[in-house]
Amino acid sequence: MLILYVLTALLLGFSLLANPRKTKHALRVALRRFMKITPAFVVMLVLVAVILYLLPEHLMVRVLARESRWVAVASALGLGSVSIIPGFIAFPLCGILLDRGAQYMVLSAFSTTLMMVGVATFPLEKTYLGTTLALWRNGASFAIAVAVAIATGLFFGELW
Amino acid sequence: MKMLKQNPMVIGVGAVFSAFVLVSLLTGFEPGKAIGWNFLSFFTQMLKVLPCVFILIGLFDVWVKTETVEKHLGHDSGPLSYLWAVLLAGTTVGGLHVALPIAHALYTKRAKLGVVLAFLSAAGVCRVPMALFEASFLGWRFTCIRFAISLPLVILTSAGLAYYFEQRGYRLPDIEATGQRGRKNES
Repeated sequence: MLILYVLTALLLGFSLLANPRKTKHALRVALRRFMKITPAFVVMLVLVAVILYLLPEHLMVRVLARESRWVAVASALGLGSVSIIPGFIAFPLCGILLDRGAQYMVLSAFSTTLMMVGVATFPLEKTYLGTTLALWRNGASFAIAVAVAIATGLFFGELW
Repeated sequence: MKMLKQNPMVIGVGAVFSAFVLVSLLTGFEPGKAIGWNFLSFFTQMLKVLPCVFILIGLFDVWVKTETVEKHLGHDSGPLSYLWAVLLAGTTVGGLHVALPIAHALYTKRAKLGVVLAFLSAAGVCRVPMALFEASFLGWRFTCIRFAISLPLVILTSAGLAYYFEQRGYRLPDIEATGQRGRKNES
């Protein structure tokens, strides 16, 4: 996170030195783009807040560390798609799941959909890509997650 | 606030949500309070990252020439462009909500749709800090398999989708015409 601040400050500084007018213009572009997208962000935040409440961690652990592997994989795909969890929480969570006996293919289904398929970010994605394309991209990502999960199962010998 | 008038749904959602949280606070309704807290914590997380992201996008918009982006990521660029997309995605932070504005900025600089889509999905798969984290919790073998399978598929599906959509003359929605082409032309 610090790197991001330092990088932004440095670049902004250089830009100011090189051409104050262009820099002012850049900041205006930044603000305008930000304002344009704020409504979609608000909707996304509301969705995230509600989803996060409905799907607390202990529920996820209980569902994903289940015996029945296909039920677990299917729920991992579903849970991963609807929830938004930052990586620094998601992977420790996966670590916990692993200790509780969750299979690698379940974890791979979960982490891949978590990062690539976004139901909660959909309002935002729709604004940037258009509804149809956003749907297609999420669909493709979901299919990829299924493929990755199966491949993981294959490599870790969990399929048989 | 013209922006708000154009988004009645947002006003609705926002109003209902804030009313719900407010009433929950007053009546001590626990789920409502928890949801309110979730909102606040995500909101502050966004505030920590997004201003930087948008400033960087603004600088990118002003300083990087369209021709440069077009040459490396545009329609006449080779398969290497997908490699750039994946590498670029590796350096991003946050999630889709950060990758989306960047992807759109690339598109307005005439990067081709396939590259933009590959960048978006790859940003979900292979951000460097996240990969390190993943590997430390789940092992390198897990991470390598995940990358090896998903990245080629990401590139394939992105190129395929882009082909399908561009055949039909699809263009991304114009969020905001970039400054240079806008009405208020500098200089």
